[in-house]
Amino acid sequence: MRSTVVVFPGSNCDRDVAVALEDVTGAKPAMVWHGETELPAADLIVLPGGFSYGDYLRSGAMAAHSPIMRAVSEQARRGVAVLGICNGFQILTEAGLLPGALMRNSSLHYICRDVDLRVERSDTPFTNAYIPGEAVTMPIAHKDGAYFADEATLERIEAEGQVVFRYLPREKNGRESNPNGSCRDIAGLVDATGRIMGLMPHPERAADAAVGGIDGRRVFESLTRWLH
Amino acid sequence: MKARIIVTLKDGVLDPQGRAIARALHALGFKSVEEVRQGKLIEVNFGAESEAAARKEANAMCEKLLANPIVENYRVELLP
Repeated sequence: MRSTVVVFPGSNCDRDVAVALEDVTGAKPAMVWHGETELPAADLIVLPGGFSYGDYLRSGAMAAHSPIMRAVSEQARRGVAVLGICNGFQILTEAGLLPGALMRNSSLHYICRDVDLRVERSDTPFTNAYIPGEAVTMPIAHKDGAYFADEATLERIEAEGQVVFRYLPREKNGRESNPNGSCRDIAGLVDATGRIMGLMPHPERAADAAVGGIDGRRVFESLTRWLH
Repeated sequence: MKARIIVTLKDGVLDPQGRAIARALHALGFKSVEEVRQGKLIEVNFGAESEAAARKEANAMCEKLLANPIVENYRVELLP
């Protein structure tokens, strides 16, 4: 699988996701600076986590208008899978490639901890190595992760089955979940084509048993399976 | 020309910062406070041939970048 990781000024999970991708696919991803206007041929484009442009104005707002984003939209239209993790999810909503918006956490706190998620669908390029309904654990690390969309949009994305990951109502340890106030406990969703996914939790930080567990690894394994 | 752009959250969009500010005002004794909504004020200096052209330009800036139409409303005030 050929993958590309876009690097914005302020990205800080670009190398983590590159390590996870190389570990799973055996191939080093191309790292492309946001100021470029062309992308190499690839099967997957990742918009990594971090604080692109220092989160100025709104998280992801500036990066959504980076020169490279035109090429990302174009490749997405041609069927290349796009995965936005955390800040990458915020960028995808700001760019209009995914519905809704990511707002300040309801607690106003930056939250960095493991959360339990339910995999809603296993028929997407990103989740085919999971079992539907399975509970998995991945870390979150964000301050602007409350998913918001108006009722009509929420109804539409629910009806079309675009919600892929949801925070569990109650975590395995009994703690109440939905850490950030997201509408309908949404942690990750795909667009109408199913090939663009945004996810607030960090699968790349749960892709190695030695650090953070392996529940996120299957996101990348799913992509390789989807291609074959 | 200067545009003063006021960006506010739409009704129904949760504003945890506004809520925290309201709580702080209560704690300071401002018991009359019922609700606080926090927004942004952005001032842009730019060249424009007419007031109509300036308004059009400022609206376009808001639509494209300064406001997120999914969750925010904006208002443009033109100042000389």
